[in-house]
This record gives sequence, structure tokens and C-alpha cells, in this order.
Amino acid sequence: MSLLRRNPRSSSSRSNYRAQLSAVAAAALLLPVLAACSSGSSSSASTDASTDSADSGDLVVYSGRSEELVGPLFAEFTKATGITISARYGDSAELAAQMLEEGDRSPAQVYFSQDAGALGSVEELLSTLPESVTSLVAEQYRAVNNTWTGVTGRARVIAYDAQNVPADQVPQSVFELTDEKWRGQVAIAPTNASFQSFVTAMRMTQGEEVTKEWLTGLVNNDVQSYEKNALILDAVDSGQVKLGLINHYYWYQKAAEVGEENMRAQISFMAPKDPGSLVNVAGVGILNGASENPAAIEFVQWLLSPTTQEWFVTNTFEYPLMAGIAAAPNLPALDTLAGPDIKLAQLADLPGTLAMLQDVGLL
Amino acid sequence: MRNKDNAKAPPLLFWGAALCACIAAIPLVYLAIRIGGAGFNEIISILSRLRTWETVGISVGLAIVVVTACLLISYPTALLLTRTQLPLRRFWFTTVALPLAIPSYVAAYAWVALIPGMNGFWAAALVLTAVSFPYVLLPLLVSLRSADMGLEQVARSLGGKPTAAFFSTTFRHSIPAAAAGSLLVALYVLSDFGAVALLRVDAFTRVIYTSYRASFDRNTAAVLAGMLVILAVILISLERKARGRSLKFRADKGVSSITVARPLTPVLSALSSLWFFAIAVITLGIPITSLLIRLAEGTLRALDWAELMNAVVNTAWISALGAVIAVLLALPIATLTSQFHRKSTSTIESISYSGLALPGIVIGLSLVYLSLNTVPFLYQSFVLLAFAYAVLFLPKSLGASRSSLETVPPALGQVAQTLGYSPLRAWLSTSGRISLPGIAAGGLLVMLTAMKELPATLMLRPTGFDTLATELWSRTELAAFGAAAPYALALILLAAIPSFALSRGFLTSEKETMVSA
Repeated sequence: MSLLRRNPRSSSSRSNYRAQLSAVAAAALLLPVLAACSSGSSSSASTDASTDSADSGDLVVYSGRSEELVGPLFAEFTKATGITISARYGDSAELAAQMLEEGDRSPAQVYFSQDAGALGSVEELLSTLPESVTSLVAEQYRAVNNTWTGVTGRARVIAYDAQNVPADQVPQSVFELTDEKWRGQVAIAPTNASFQSFVTAMRMTQGEEVTKEWLTGLVNNDVQSYEKNALILDAVDSGQVKLGLINHYYWYQKAAEVGEENMRAQISFMAPKDPGSLVNVAGVGILNGASENPAAIEFVQWLLSPTTQEWFVTNTFEYPLMAGIAAAPNLPALDTLAGPDIKLAQLADLPGTLAMLQDVGLL
Repeated sequence: MRNKDNAKAPPLLFWGAALCACIAAIPLVYLAIRIGGAGFNEIISILSRLRTWETVGISVGLAIVVVTACLLISYPTALLLTRTQLPLRRFWFTTVALPLAIPSYVAAYAWVALIPGMNGFWAAALVLTAVSFPYVLLPLLVSLRSADMGLEQVARSLGGKPTAAFFSTTFRHSIPAAAAGSLLVALYVLSDFGAVALLRVDAFTRVIYTSYRASFDRNTAAVLAGMLVILAVILISLERKARGRSLKFRADKGVSSITVARPLTPVLSALSSLWFFAIAVITLGIPITSLLIRLAEGTLRALDWAELMNAVVNTAWISALGAVIAVLLALPIATLTSQFHRKSTSTIESISYSGLALPGIVIGLSLVYLSLNTVPFLYQSFVLLAFAYAVLFLPKSLGASRSSLETVPPALGQVAQTLGYSPLRAWLSTSGRISLPGIAAGGLLVMLTAMKELPATLMLRPTGFDTLATELWSRTELAAFGAAAPYALALILLAAIPSFALSRGFLTSEKETMVSA
């Protein structure tokens, strides 16, 4: 590719032009040097001398929850305990894939995930949590072998366009979504982990056949696929679709960002026991290499302390999973949601769900 | 002007280039390991899945449509800029390279925010064309201007109509440039994830991402990614064929070969201005306006200027470092392939291009795996991240370096050596010096692309090291689009600097060509 080949005959312009580009190139070469000097003084970046990331903080946390959200929380932890955290942020599933690739050499000491499925996928890398931690959380919200535990809960809800759908006509069960009435008006996120976990739960409680029939019904009803929950909420909020299946806290976060009064989309919880009312978790596990690390255990315990659980209630609107802490006042109580009868650890059969989603043409 | 086709390259140069190409091919080693882990039956079952081929078809279709659209936009645009006295010509010259500064995911998001219902194949084609057409336009501009007008005049003096004369001479001369640009665009479309995901197209990369994200099945994902590499190899060989068809003659000295900029009639002038205006609105105006609207809508938390500036500084220097490494890796390959045309040298070049079709997540994971198994002390260090950028974007620097080195007669370096210069010093004082602008341009292009890179950055950056792309990602993950807008705008502004420098280069030389004419 000849990006900048020039007329070879005009030599006067060449030297001038060369001087210009060379100056740019020289500046580009110098930039690293200049910035290396300045970044030494900036707070978070580690210096060139310490390539080992573990040196820059006491505890290395791989966080699938975003910095915007949990960064302030980690700062609180440091303030309370004096333990500094080197947090590595990423997509929960991509971090899990990265840890699987890293294997024993992983610098990670704690894995904080958005989703139970991603935690399940790295169980082999996680150590058993001490009883002092697991006893704080109900059995259904942690791993069978106690390698990870939920920290906060997120309920599946249905978002609806309040301008076009009266509150009393919002479906109470996911089974209503295949009704002709909602043709082309239902949004889902089939590549998203929370949707897939919900389908897995449906398979476990309703059986393979019913679930497949429902998914086929959705496809035949011209269901709209989106990449993420947040995009579904945007679509409902702008009137693109009337209904969308999302996690409850997306609505609260958007409402906090743009103002509750500006929300055209509203949310409704499905009837108790409906597969659509599954409660999934964001959870945490300690990697094998850090099983004896007191800082790692302290961190997990701190996540399940009353103060931190309250912090989640007010900042993320998620359900606290520690017994005795109340959810945000405008949310129905966790035990009334009562989702489908299932333990989260049963959601491990993701491959079966993926195969089914591929079969019906949603993936 | 070149060494004879059967000339043999100096062994040091050949093996140096081969080593650099192998470094660029590192991700393929990882893919091979993972595909090997998949087992024969699994591979067959993936390949026999109808869905796999459907999505491959969609991706290939998208690449064809986008490349065609880029060519249809670039040819008239380049002709207007090089051959006519277009009003505000200098301004448009600078503007046409700027869309390179806009990451595909930002453009797609901005369009969706403005037109909520927008989605699907054609929407993705529009957005991808808007962000990638300068890859075709820039080389075309250079080619059209360096084309020998003398040939076209000879063709006309022989009775050819102006259009026929153009197509039989200048157009043929421009085919390699257009093909090289098209190759970059096609590979870009095949590997893009951000735009197709946001616009809800069932592209092949989505399937790859799903098998990483949802099933944590790295072997299946590797088989799928391997298919992309095969597609890339096919495209690279197509480009090579097109390059072979170029016109390599020049008219004799008696014929005037200076490009003449023709005046336009008022109507044509107005229409051309409208054309450029439309391009500017679609590629720059709409995304930037949409971001400004989001910015004005306000946000939950006030903008932290120190955080933003920290991200700007980090982005600038890490991408510059990546560009420097990419140029250093590209130079031996470019020197070799520009002077020696043999099967072995073209293999070296193809190898260094093959990674460009891979989505960032595959490159990221492959460097995670390979660095931990070879140089664990470098894992998640600045060095590794900059190196990743160099591996990812080496082909972009390679093309620019090669074509500018091709214009230097090898005899110059040989003369310098007969004067007692060492080979390296001879190269530096001849080829290296003369083609410096092209080499620098390649570096700028790498820097520009590295600034926008996300998936590999997330995996390989030192813990706690934030760039504009990662900060932007962190905010959009949370649906805090208002808070994301300043970062998106800062990223566009920062990436506009190298884009501007690239187009500035054309403008300067253009002005002086006119004066000397």
C-alpha cells in the first residue's frame, strides 16, 4: 500500500515534507520517554521497574464488575483495612477465559464476577472458601463445593414501554411472550450470560421440550435480539420495542443517570416461581494460589459485611445476599420473588443451553 | 529500477525479515495449539454446522459490500481532489483522513443513539464504510498524483477518448493502491466486533466471541478463528494478483507528465462541494453531534479531569511505543520485499499480514498464553502491551514502508557501499532517508489504530493502567453513556492528530508540486 508515495520529481517539496513528518515521528518517539517520566508521578500506574503487577498492590483482583461501579468500593476497603488493591477490570467471561489461559501462573488472587456462570467455569482454579464466609450466604446462592459465593443478587425483570403498554397488561409470565399480540415487540439478549442462565434455569425446571418450544415460539414471533441488557433498555425507552427481558438494576442505574421522571421504560417483576423471575448473582472466589492469603479472605469477608452490603443496596440497587440486610425500599423482597426452584450451581449446564439456542437459531 | 527478479537477497536481510514475520505470526502458533486441542471430530462438527457457514457468508458479504462502497466513494473523491480546482480543496484534503480517528464501536453507538431503530446488515455496512474508506482513499490519492499523466496524454494523442485514455493508463496504474487499501478494509470488516455487535448483525466474529464468553470453549473458538485466517490468506493472494497487474511504464521525457488541476464549471463545483459536504456529515458530523448531545444530557458523576488527562497521556505514549516497535519490525520485511521479488519473500509478506483478520480477543488470549509460557516476567507489562500493538498492526506499517521503499533505486545503496559505507549505514543514508516520510506515515497509522484498540488492551495492560479506550469501555458497560461521551470525544481528538498529520503530508507536497508546475 502506498500511503504516502510522492511525486519523485519535486525534490524541494520532498525535503520540506520529510522534515514535517520526521518531526512528527520524532515527537512520537519522544512521547514514551516524556510520559514515562510523568507517569512515575501519577498515582495508579506502576513504574517500569515493577513489571510484576503484584508489586503495585497487596491484593490482585480480577474484576468483571466495572471500575465506575466498584472502584469507589475498593477504595473504601483500602481505607478500612489498609490493604491496597490492584484491580484488573474486564468483561466477566473474558477475564474467565484469560484466567483459564493463564492457568497456575495467573497473577489473579481474587475473581469478582458479574455472573455465576463465569465463576462456575473457573471452579478448577478456585480454592474452597472458609466457612466463616460461606455461612453468611444461603446455600442456593453459592457453589456446591463452596469455591465461590454470591455477593449480591440480580432479578430478571421485564422492561416495558409505559407509553404503549398499560401496567396491568404487562405479561406476568415469560410464556405470554410468544403470544401473537407481542409479535416483533419482545427484545432479548441471547449472547448475554444472564439470559443464558435464565434459559438454563427454565430447562432445569420446565424441562427441555417446553423450553425449546418456548424459544421456537419466540423466534416465530419475530423476537428482537440485542447484544446487551443496557441496549434492550435503551430500545424500550425509545419506543423501539414494547417489552424486553433484562436484569432489574439496569433500570435503576439508568434512572439514576437520566432521572427517574425521564424514564419512558418501566419494569415489572414476573409472577413468583415463573422461570422469568430467576435471581442470579454477582459473586466472588479466591484463586488456588491465594488460598492462604489473609488479605484475600479479608476482602471476601468484607464484601459480605453489613456496611458493604448496604453500599450495594444504595449504589447498585442489587439484592444483598447476606441475611438480615434489607433490599432497596422500592424493590419487592428477595424471598417473595422466589424464582424457579433451583440452586445457582445447577446453572452449570451452559453447553446444553448454548446448543439449544443454536438449534433454534438464536445464536 | 529493481534488482532482477532472480537476484538473491543478502542472507542477513532475508533472515532478519523472516524473523520479523515470524514474530508477527505469533498468534497463529497459539491458534495451531488450540485447534490441535480440539480434535478431529470436534472440528468436523463445527464445520458441518449450517449456522457457522451462514455467519461466514454474512461476514464475507459485509466485507464485499463495504469494500465496494469504499471504492465507489474513494475514486471520485480522489479524482476531484487531485485533478480539479475544487473550492476549499485544502480543507477537504485534511478532512477526508479524519474518519480514521473514529473507532467503529463509537461510530456505531453514536448512530444508534441518534436513530434508535437502526440495525442490521446495511446499517453495519454504512457505519463500517464511514470509518474505513480512508484506508482506500489515502493510497489512491498518492497513486493518482504520482501517476504519469504523460501516458494518459499519449493514449489520447493516439485517438483515445479521455475516459478510455484514463482507464487504460492512470486507472490501471492505481489498481495496486486500491487493492492494498481494499485488503486492509476487508480484513478490518472481517475482524470487527464492536460495530456488528451494536448493530445486531450475525457476523462471524459474534460467533467467535460467543464461544469464548458463553461456553469458555477456547478450542472451538480457535477453530472458528482459524477459518478467519484462511479467509485472510485468500484475500491476501487476491490482492497480490491485483498488484501484479499494475502498469509499470512511464512516458518518455518529451511528454509533459505533470497532473493538471482543471477548473470546474459552477454547477459541477457546487455538486462536488455537496459530495464532500455529505461525506463529512456522514463520517464525522453525525457521530460527533450524537456524542455532543449525550454530553449535553448530563451525567451522574462530574467529569474527573485528572482521570481523563491521565488516560490521554497513557493512550498517547503506549500507542506511540507500539508504533515504533511496529515500524522496527516492518522495516526489514519492507526492505526485503521492495527490492527482491521471489516466492520466499512473498511468503514472508503474506505471513505478516495473516493476523490482521483475527479479532482482538484471539490476539489477546494468544499473547496471554505465549508470554506466560516464554517470558512470564513481561506479562501484563507496558512492553508486552506495546508489543501486542506492534504485532496486531504491523501490516499497516508494512504497506506504507514497502511502497515508499519501492521508489528508491537499489543502485543508490550499492553506490554508497562502494564508497566504503557499511550495509546498514548505506541503507540509512539512501533508502532509509529517502523513504522516511512513508515509513513515518506507516508508524502514524499504527499509532492511530492502537489508540482505538480495546480487547487486547483489556487483557494485556498493566493492572491499573487506563487508556481512553478502556475508560470508555468501563463507562459504556455500565450504560453510563453520558459519562462515556467525554472519553469518546477525547479519543477522537487524540486520534485526529496522527490522521491530521497524515493528510497534512499530502497537502504540503501538493502545494509545492503546484508551485513548481
